[in-house]
Amino acid sequence: MYCVGIDIGSTAAKVIVMPEDCQDVLYHLLMPTGWSSKETAFSIKKWLNERNITFDNSHITATGYGRVSVPYANKVVTEITCHGRGAYYLNKKNCTVIDIGGQDTKIISVEKGMVTNFIMNDKCSAGTGRFLEIMANTLGVSLTEIFDLAEKGNEVVISSMCTVFAESEVISLIGNGSPKEDIAWGVVNSIVNKVCTLSAKLSPGDDSFFLTGGFCDSTYMCEQLSKKLKMNVESSHMARYAGAIGAALSTK
Amino acid sequence: MSDYREMWKNLGMNLELHDQLCQVLPEAFGDVYLTQDNRPESMDYYNFVVSEIHGVRPAELIEHQKKGGKVFGTFCVYVPDEIVFAADAIATGLCGGSQFWVSGGEKVLPANTCPLIKASVGARLDRTCPFFRIADMYVGETTCDGKKKAWEILSEDVPMHIMDIPQMKRPKDIDAWADEIKIFMDKVEEFTGNKITPEKLSAAIKLINDKRRALERLYAFRKYENLPISGKDVLVISQIAFYDDPARFTLMTNKLCDELEKRVKNNISVFPAGTKRIMLTGTPLAVPNWKLHHIVETSGAAVVVEEMCTGTRYFENLVDETKDTIEGQINALADRYMKINCACFTPNDGRIKDILRLAKEYDVDGIIDVNLKFCGLYDTEGYKVEKAVKEAGIPVLGIETDYTDQDAEQLRTRIGAFVEMLGNKQYI
Repeated sequence: MYCVGIDIGSTAAKVIVMPEDCQDVLYHLLMPTGWSSKETAFSIKKWLNERNITFDNSHITATGYGRVSVPYANKVVTEITCHGRGAYYLNKKNCTVIDIGGQDTKIISVEKGMVTNFIMNDKCSAGTGRFLEIMANTLGVSLTEIFDLAEKGNEVVISSMCTVFAESEVISLIGNGSPKEDIAWGVVNSIVNKVCTLSAKLSPGDDSFFLTGGFCDSTYMCEQLSKKLKMNVESSHMARYAGAIGAALSTK
Repeated sequence: MSDYREMWKNLGMNLELHDQLCQVLPEAFGDVYLTQDNRPESMDYYNFVVSEIHGVRPAELIEHQKKGGKVFGTFCVYVPDEIVFAADAIATGLCGGSQFWVSGGEKVLPANTCPLIKASVGARLDRTCPFFRIADMYVGETTCDGKKKAWEILSEDVPMHIMDIPQMKRPKDIDAWADEIKIFMDKVEEFTGNKITPEKLSAAIKLINDKRRALERLYAFRKYENLPISGKDVLVISQIAFYDDPARFTLMTNKLCDELEKRVKNNISVFPAGTKRIMLTGTPLAVPNWKLHHIVETSGAAVVVEEMCTGTRYFENLVDETKDTIEGQINALADRYMKINCACFTPNDGRIKDILRLAKEYDVDGIIDVNLKFCGLYDTEGYKVEKAVKEAGIPVLGIETDYTDQDAEQLRTRIGAFVEMLGNKQYI
């Protein structure tokens, strides 16, 4: 039997296939969610079938905001539980998970793979992936480029928490001739600040931090978070799959 | 709903706008309530009251007015209904719990006012609620800044009496509250033309205490491991308690309790074994706000108690029935009402004690601390509540929400994860 975890996020859909003992990852898939979670779920089904993974030889758990759009899932688990479990699988120790997702940011305390506490941003996109995406668009750069730029930038403060207002702030900074690098620094810093405020509310212990979600490959993001939190923030190339891994682990 | 259009027209209501409300309410009630399995049969009474929410009770109030009686509209569990009923008048709760009324309130109030105040003001000014039209006088209080200023706006449209609620609970504050009750009594006597005698006040105290006893009896069924009634059903009963005829409400609620007693004997539960038990604490859930109960109870958990104005704050503690002078009765009323622990008081440690006590009594697995958006008092107190509850080893989830449905899915994720977390707790 295969253990399949499907994480349909607001921006990207992630799929993980594990053998029954869940000791390693057999297949993984990353694709944009697009406009319809239902169609995404259908494409995933096709992808699974091409690898001879069917309803008969697998347990499927769906998570993420599109979790209800996976009609063929045996089980539905929230992304908070899944990210906690997935991060523990990758990190192999108790930790506080920082998940910067497309439309929400979560801080999750994990003990032995189980969620013991969590906090999420309220209703607003400050401190999320979408915030960075919109600012990168305004600056006319890609998500990878914005981190590269920020690394070379100097301190600039973007004070608006609201994405729309922050965008106008960025536009006026551009108008004033501020260097792109500095603005990029300000944008990333704004996310780091928001994450740290959330994390302070949860008041985690001295465990280490683990970053999951689409920014897991950005060493700059990890460094900035570590600096601000005054604690080591680790990540892994597979951390974007943490939700899907947790879902695969939850099939049992 | 039967045809009450003539009555609504005579009340000067905005029929066109009101029709829109009448269209959505039955559907919402059907989706949230009538989809539940194995409900007690005695819920039929409350189903009927909700289905005729703007008809049957308003018609009774109008009948009472035709006989020369007065109707007082209230907004807070601190306003003593006993005084009103002792003057042969009727008190009815007026708190608005629907997003439908919010935009009407926003025409005159800042957007960052809590939805309860916005909805209440909107229901009056938009003329879309018969209760708000019928009440001869509104009784406001000074529980928060938003309300205080809202009364000034409402008083341009309707007679208002404001009760000054103390902000602390020292002996002199309890005396001041007794004084406020006396002033309210004088006002009610003057407005109704009826004298309040010790006999009449004694009867009214008994009437309202009986309602409290019935609610207490109902809530006690939620302490059992097998829950004979859902949290949602108890919530709507608590909401109806604010405007139904008190004697009839007590009778019907005791009848329901008789049925629940049988259910307990037969080990009947409306939830599967092992369902996680949740307490809600915080701001009130005015009718028809059923959002959180619905999400919790469709996410694998049950609401077993509400430390809210629409919950334990409404019925806990009785008024001493042994006093036979007006002065003694007023002091007894002041004592009882000052035991309600609202976030408008400082310090308010009594509320935290209540929460910890209720968590034990109702054997709760987790607490959801609920804050209506822009309620600064409960929001700020949430810090101390969550801290105390965590120290007691009870998992807690803080939630801020309003009357809209736009955050329903996000709340579902949070509450779902919280319930999953409670399920994990045993493995750690």
